[in-house]
Amino acid sequence: MTVAPAPTTTELKLDQLFPGEATPDARKGYSGYIVKPDKLVEVATALRDQHGYDYCSSVTGVDYLEQGQCEAVYHLYNTKTGGPAVVIKAQAPRDNAVLPSLTPVWPGADFQEREAWDLYGIKFTGHPDLKRILMWEGFHGHPMRKDWKEAYYEQEGKPFDARWPGGQVHRSEEKNPFGHNVAYPEGFTLEGWSEQADKAVYDSLPTGGHGSTEEGMRTDLVTVNLGPQHPSTHGVFRIVATLDGETIVKLEPVMGYLHRNHEKIGERNTFIQNIPFTDRLDYITSMSNNHGYVLAVEKLMGLKPPERAEYLRVMMVELTRIVNHTWAIGFLLNDLGAFFTPVLYVAKERELILDVFEATAGSRMMCNYMRFGGVSRDITPEAFQQVKDMVYDRLPRLLDEIDTYLTNSEIVRTRSIGVGVLSAADAAAYSVGGPVLRASGVAYDVRKAEPYSIYDRFDFNTAVRYQGDNYDRYLVRLDECRESLKILRQVCEQMPAGEIQAGKPQYQARVPAGEAYGRVENPKGELGYYVISTGKANAYRYHVRAPSFINLTPFGKMSVGHKIADVVAILGSIDIVLGEVDR
Amino acid sequence: MSSIAKELANPDVPVSAELQNNVFITTIDKIYNWSRRNSMWPMMFGLACCAIEMICTAASRFDFSRFGMEVMRPSARQADMMIVSGTVTKKMVPQIVRLYNQMPEPKYVVAMGACASGGGPFKEGYNVVSGIDKFIPVDVYIPGCPPTPQALLNGLITLQKKIDGQSITQVPWYRAGKSEPIPVPILGPDLIDPRHAPLLRQRAAEAAAAQMNAAQPAEAAPAGPTA
Ligand code: SF4
Repeated sequence: MTVAPAPTTTELKLDQLFPGEATPDARKGYSGYIVKPDKLVEVATALRDQHGYDYCSSVTGVDYLEQGQCEAVYHLYNTKTGGPAVVIKAQAPRDNAVLPSLTPVWPGADFQEREAWDLYGIKFTGHPDLKRILMWEGFHGHPMRKDWKEAYYEQEGKPFDARWPGGQVHRSEEKNPFGHNVAYPEGFTLEGWSEQADKAVYDSLPTGGHGSTEEGMRTDLVTVNLGPQHPSTHGVFRIVATLDGETIVKLEPVMGYLHRNHEKIGERNTFIQNIPFTDRLDYITSMSNNHGYVLAVEKLMGLKPPERAEYLRVMMVELTRIVNHTWAIGFLLNDLGAFFTPVLYVAKERELILDVFEATAGSRMMCNYMRFGGVSRDITPEAFQQVKDMVYDRLPRLLDEIDTYLTNSEIVRTRSIGVGVLSAADAAAYSVGGPVLRASGVAYDVRKAEPYSIYDRFDFNTAVRYQGDNYDRYLVRLDECRESLKILRQVCEQMPAGEIQAGKPQYQARVPAGEAYGRVENPKGELGYYVISTGKANAYRYHVRAPSFINLTPFGKMSVGHKIADVVAILGSIDIVLGEVDR
Repeated sequence: MSSIAKELANPDVPVSAELQNNVFITTIDKIYNWSRRNSMWPMMFGLACCAIEMICTAASRFDFSRFGMEVMRPSARQADMMIVSGTVTKKMVPQIVRLYNQMPEPKYVVAMGACASGGGPFKEGYNVVSGIDKFIPVDVYIPGCPPTPQALLNGLITLQKKIDGQSITQVPWYRAGKSEPIPVPILGPDLIDPRHAPLLRQRAAEAAAAQMNAAQPAEAAPAGPTA
């Protein structure tokens, strides 16, 4: 696909298009436009319908404690032309944080607004089902607010005085009256309290309703739970589904079972301390998680890594993509009933790639490899040789093997063709990304749409398929692996010698004040980091636009009408990792 | 030694030819532990990143079937061992405790990685439990973030050694009476451990009394209505 030059934020003057309603964000280091809350829906609709911004990529809540404002930041893209984002922001006072919901314009805002409600207490009026998403209903407070303190709170930012530089440690449990990581709100009594955690989930389902069979027999709808401990939910994910017979009437994904407060901790960490934490988002793809984060911070710092570092980054990221996609295919086959055999073949090759990671970065899975302005270590000649062996020999064979045994397998075809269809229009509207988006016929790849790093140098195609079903999501992943191999061959041929780090490696990054959004095409979709610096050692706001999480938004819709066994396959074809869904 | 054992141990006692080379003599403990240690079925249950290394340990290169972890069972009722492979969150811990209660004895718990052992890198998080041993008893802790497959294997072998040291005469699951389930935590305004109920009540009473004192310093505070 050729990408036409895109209208950039500077070209699209929102303050002229919507005079009096949108004003440029004049804060130092900020960009985008501040839109009056009561005009938000209007402006959004115009941007979608008249200017082609059909993709609401990211919704971020921010709490400006000093100014007494809560803010929602929207990053909007045009999937037809590509190009940078239009950023609009809306503000509301903290003590009465009410904003209009943009779900009527972009249904993809659904889960993200629920997240902003859950963590920031921003109430989105007009949202169809505004309930907590990561924490449970009944939890006290909105934990990402700047004045909300966790039970083990020590200090606003690291390094904590208690530990540094003396190196003293203490166990936080010892200072807590319960010896646990808990704190109860003032005035809490066991008697004055009732459990609500699951009620909100069941309330949104038509439990107790009735259906009917083709013969006209009246049936009872039954609600069942899958997970959070279930072998087919790919981790601690829970599906609550209401069934008529075996057919899904309504399905609610329930998440947060692995919500480990990545963002709250990320705002206490120093900038550089966050790099290893990004490894643990989508723990299959730690290398490329690093990439998005360092890009965002490099934008703020105005750093550019040297050539060799760029090539090393691309190499690691594309190897990661192959690991992820083959792994996803293996697990999809698990869900289709080929229990663990394909996974074993895939895991065998993955181990060899992990060896390269271990030899280079020091760890198999949690690579912590990239740094602001470079990478942490150079690759050894032996490891580079192994990469070449993989790229020219083993990986093509693995892909051919997968292709031979699976693509035309009768079971794979009957179980996945026409199952879990997501139309192109829906895919963009629901903000899905990566292979899920491209399997629905939307040729949108961040590497092409807004090239970062050195992706504009490589010759590769955007893999795209058009049916939007499980089968195409499988095929698109296979295609993408082949494209990644193409890139990897070019990397192997062109790898320049030289430095791997711009300037001296630093243990403390000096990040100028301002905001930045760095996004990369992660194997699962667009991974974005929204970072606000106030010039201190810690980020003021650190938000992750997690592709696995947002790709789940249309999951309920895709599953309706299918059988329980297909739901498991649909989930497998979306390919989620709970570390990233729940963060 | 019982008289039969004494007899059998005596090389002078004649053993018929067809039994020679077919009969082994050992202790009950040895054979009991030998069979248990070599068929430790883990529960198929992954929590976070560490679960990926657990899968790798089960897969082609490391293959923990070699040590008797032959199959993973998705049902708690068929599992001998729970590998807590990842961050335990407050939202998840009620389920974990419930699963533990559902496992039939003898059962073992392996805390895999920093998170399961003590909260790990995410310890300070508002939804994170500081190690699964705050709720259920742990037999083996494996350090690492994530532990490599070799480390996990080492942990599992350590568990086997622990099993070797157990005696059928003393193991808790053959004692009289039944074992008590662990109270399942509740999701309140924060995680509530039912075992903390007395402490919670006491603190609520103290807080109510303090409030009462502050409001009416002259009068004696009556017992708090919510105490
Ligand atoms: S110990 Fe490390 S690798 Fe394991 S679950 Fe915790 S963060 Fe993930």
